[in-house]
Amino acid sequence: MSLAIQTELKDKAATPAEGLVDKVTVRHLNFYYGQYRALADINVNLYLNKVTAFIGPSGCGKSTLLRIINRIYDLYPNQRADGEVLLDGANVLSPKQDLNLLRAKVGMVFQKPTPFPMTIYDNIAFGVRLYEQLSKADLDARVEDSLRRGAIWDEVKDKLDVSGLSLSGGQQQRLCIARTIAIRPEVILLDEPCSALDPISTAKIEELIDVLKRDYTIAIVTHNMQQAARTSDYTAFMYLGELVEFDNTTQIFTNPRMERTQDYITGRFG
Amino acid sequence: MDTHEHIVRSYEEELSALNNKIAKMGGLAEQVLGQSIDALEGRDPDLAAATIQQDEAIDELEKEIEEQAIVMIARRQPLAYDLRQIMAALRISTDLERIGDLGKNIAKRALAVVGEQQPKQLMLGLKHMGELALGQLKEVLDAYIERDADRALKVWYRDEDIDAMYNSLFRELLTYMMEDPRNIGLCTHLLFGAKNIERIGDHATNIAETVYFLVHGNTITDQRPKSDTTSSTPVPLRSAG
Repeated sequence: MSLAIQTELKDKAATPAEGLVDKVTVRHLNFYYGQYRALADINVNLYLNKVTAFIGPSGCGKSTLLRIINRIYDLYPNQRADGEVLLDGANVLSPKQDLNLLRAKVGMVFQKPTPFPMTIYDNIAFGVRLYEQLSKADLDARVEDSLRRGAIWDEVKDKLDVSGLSLSGGQQQRLCIARTIAIRPEVILLDEPCSALDPISTAKIEELIDVLKRDYTIAIVTHNMQQAARTSDYTAFMYLGELVEFDNTTQIFTNPRMERTQDYITGRFG
Repeated sequence: MDTHEHIVRSYEEELSALNNKIAKMGGLAEQVLGQSIDALEGRDPDLAAATIQQDEAIDELEKEIEEQAIVMIARRQPLAYDLRQIMAALRISTDLERIGDLGKNIAKRALAVVGEQQPKQLMLGLKHMGELALGQLKEVLDAYIERDADRALKVWYRDEDIDAMYNSLFRELLTYMMEDPRNIGLCTHLLFGAKNIERIGDHATNIAETVYFLVHGNTITDQRPKSDTTSSTPVPLRSAG
């Protein structure tokens, strides 16, 4: 990327437009799997109550980036990050960061639905019990609220004591989203949440994202160009560990500035 | 603009086919315009009749282009440049179809005035205006094929020249009509013919705007040159002298 455009993009990321508030700010982030540098000097923002999509070919680093925001990579040896990832101004990469608190604030939903081998009720309550001491009545209310927000309450309200694994793929994914919401996060990271789902389940989750963004800041990694265009407000295109272009979604998908971005979204990647 | 081809070759071929249809439609529109001016000047009823027939082929192509564009939007969910290519094809085909109709109308006028004596000066003016419009059309279609926004921009600015010619032809025709009422029939047909040529110039300008948008992804920000003053030209109640 030319220096001029790099600088412009950095400036753009540094000074959000009117009405936009930085929720997560990534500054000069580099990430290594052993000796291999998977992310190079990433600068990007997640704006408060907006949906930011990350697109790019396989291996470009978008899932890696997501996993840094809630330090899930910490679970694995030989992986390290340097740079800054500011959540409300505090650097989550700092060794002083309480990881449990971080992961309560920043929830994650994966490509393959991962319900716990528990009842539907316990799937939701499990995380809540880890962080809060609630009365039975309050916990019931929290479970119901989460399942409602996850757009799945009507389908499971009469079988809360049934195993979460008995649900369909689309329902399991909505259960996982409800589970994430239950602990009252501020940021929700979605890593290809609909890849394994049928079109109707996908549409339900896209509708859910539209509603959730009123209360949460959302990042979504997706291979589906049209989904990124439909669901997000901002889009970041990544390639080979670099951030090539970051702009509002309309601009990226109607008139991107970088030729590489255009090549990718129009299927011209050679 | 696009240095790489689509990975899915059939997508590339479909876009190519769309492009070619526009080129073909453009060629036919040029033909209709050129022939209709010749027919008017040469008082050639056979040429006029043949020209009127040709407009059908233009209408047919517009239908094909619209159908193909809709199918492509549904199947390919085009983005960015691809989306602009398909939108451009739709818009340009509409302008070309109108140009075809206007050309056909000029040819009809040619048939209407076949028996009449035609004042040389007026006919020269009309022919010159027609050639100007034809030149604009050829130029803007080349700009489309080449994806050349600068060339399109030049066409966009030059529309003023056609408007200026139309203004002066309008006045001349008024003068002729005022001098001798027997001229009114002929001059009215010529006036409509001139107006049609001026409208063809406008459609060429529309195409220029579309080509600019296709290449750059945003619209021309300048004010569109508009100097057709005939709608506010007062008609003197008495001829001079």
